[in-house]
Amino acid sequence: MISTRFIRNVRLGIKTLLLHKMRSILTMLGMVFGVGAVIAMLAVGEGASKDALDQIRKLGSQNIIINSQQPIEQAASGAQRVRMNIYGLLYDDMDRIQNSFATVVRTVPAKLIRGEGRVGGRTQELRLVGTTPAWFELVSRDLLVGRVMVDRDMEQNANVVVLTEHGARKLLSGKETIGSQVRINSGFFKVVGVIKSESTQSGTMQTPDQQIDAYIPLNVAKDRFGDINVERGNGSNTREKVELHQLIVQIDSIDNVESTAAGIERVLSMFHPKGDYRTSVPLALLRQAEATQRTFNIVLGSIAGISLLIGGIGIMNIMLASVTERTREIGIRRAIGARRKQIIGQFLIETVVLSVTGGFIGIGIGVLIPWLITMFADMPTVVTMWSVLLSVAISIGVGVIFGMYPAMRAANLDPIVALRHE
Amino acid sequence: MSERATSHHESNHVIELDGVWKTYRMGDQDVHALAGVDLTIERGSFWAISGSSGSGKSTMLNLLGCLDRPTQGSYALEGQDIASTSDDELSDLRLKHLGFVFQNFNLIPQLTVQENIELPLFYQGIDAIEAAQRAQAIAERVGLTDRLRHRPTELSGGQQQRVAIARALSNNPSVLLADEPTGNLDTATGDAIMELLTELHDQGKTIIMVTHEPEIAAYAQFQLVMRDGKIESITRSEKGVPA
Repeated sequence: MISTRFIRNVRLGIKTLLLHKMRSILTMLGMVFGVGAVIAMLAVGEGASKDALDQIRKLGSQNIIINSQQPIEQAASGAQRVRMNIYGLLYDDMDRIQNSFATVVRTVPAKLIRGEGRVGGRTQELRLVGTTPAWFELVSRDLLVGRVMVDRDMEQNANVVVLTEHGARKLLSGKETIGSQVRINSGFFKVVGVIKSESTQSGTMQTPDQQIDAYIPLNVAKDRFGDINVERGNGSNTREKVELHQLIVQIDSIDNVESTAAGIERVLSMFHPKGDYRTSVPLALLRQAEATQRTFNIVLGSIAGISLLIGGIGIMNIMLASVTERTREIGIRRAIGARRKQIIGQFLIETVVLSVTGGFIGIGIGVLIPWLITMFADMPTVVTMWSVLLSVAISIGVGVIFGMYPAMRAANLDPIVALRHE
Repeated sequence: MSERATSHHESNHVIELDGVWKTYRMGDQDVHALAGVDLTIERGSFWAISGSSGSGKSTMLNLLGCLDRPTQGSYALEGQDIASTSDDELSDLRLKHLGFVFQNFNLIPQLTVQENIELPLFYQGIDAIEAAQRAQAIAERVGLTDRLRHRPTELSGGQQQRVAIARALSNNPSVLLADEPTGNLDTATGDAIMELLTELHDQGKTIIMVTHEPEIAAYAQFQLVMRDGKIESITRSEKGVPA
């Protein structure tokens, strides 16, 4: 019986609000735009940060990545004057890191050489990656056919290569893949396996692997191609000697990543006073991105809070006017025998109907805007369930909080005075 | 419940006022709107209260209507003393025992005639189907059957007052309180309303009416005249039912 009375109260509230359609719509606008803006902004923010966070996560939050980097003064001095630039990570660094820290699970080296693969008449630009079998454990990609590099390849200095799907298709489509010989630069390599590759080169972060990779044993790369790279520029050649281009260090647990990164930094700085390397910690980037996202959410939350506050005040203002306008009605209801709390209920329901209706329209707008942004601006947006639920809760909350004062004022009117009101 | 209510003899007294004072404080002066009123109203009687403005008749009606409490003295409605009742209990007393008819009709404009009549039933928590049946029955009694779906503003003054009477009757009250019920109506319409009230009285309803017009007061059994917060005189009209 209480519920049927409640339904009748809601119906009466809607009916009363519909008597002044324009006023009700204008009153709701604050809620509509408040809620709409909250959901839309959260969706855009969520979409942008999800992209960034995904990329960082792909690098592995348990990894520390160290890249060789030409020292600044050396780069600035110009290629002509220096015969050869010697910098970067050393073969010894790999063992130093692996042996100095108990928290290091594996250290994966990468020696990068520009290359050209050739099978018969076909050619394909390749990035030769001299590495160890640990690469395939760390950067675990699906094996499509054959096998990945194994320890025996290292021991035997075997001229074997693992291609990516992309490279294999370019060089060997229509042919037997496994066992085929591919000529890369000056040497022949036997294809032992093909893996998938994750080739996102967009954005600020890159995955360790690329589409054009060809993986060969590190010692083979070193023996066959040496440490000297020649860049043929216009008019002059740049020569540089780099032993290892990259080390990816995997740490046993996320908790140890930051302390180990600091330790590695200390060890490396002893051997590399020139600072010819750069350490990046995806976990730190992730933390930073998450902190940025949090700040963003707080800013959004404040804007949302202010707009909803203004919306609520607008509703309260109109409800106060409505109470004054309907003083006589309140007097009549009280004279007939309505209790104070029934008057409170009636006005509160009207306010909540207003704010919730506004809230629902706002949710519609808040879902539509991100959709349009994705459609026309091609930006990723994510409308989260919690932002919608939060909006519904806030709409009800705003209705109750800002409706309470006008409703109490209505209920506390003296019926005798209210009946005499013109 | 007061002790008197239990006695068989007095149970026929719907209203009992005993030494009632109502005092307002205006600045640093006490103004006595009612100054020691004793009055017993029997079930089924028809009263007209009159008096010049400031005589206390409005205060009297507010008090009888449980919209106000006496400053001093006791008021028992259906044997229940209202002196120490809470605001909610006063609301419940109005809802159960009283029906109001006002000079300016006081219908709720956004509700239809039927919804206006059903209003007391709505607050009593009576379910919608029964409330509609009762509203229709009462509408028939006051001659409004074909106006149930109209809005009050679509009706004439006389019809609006009939709606107000129907609403006042819908909870089957012990007492019908009417405040200048013909004040906003022309003479012919006013007479028709008075005939309706007389008819209700004949059917056994207790009616208390405030009016300043002697010819309207003449419809009642008892003419009570107030002056300076006191009862000046009570006259029993010849028209009234013999004792």
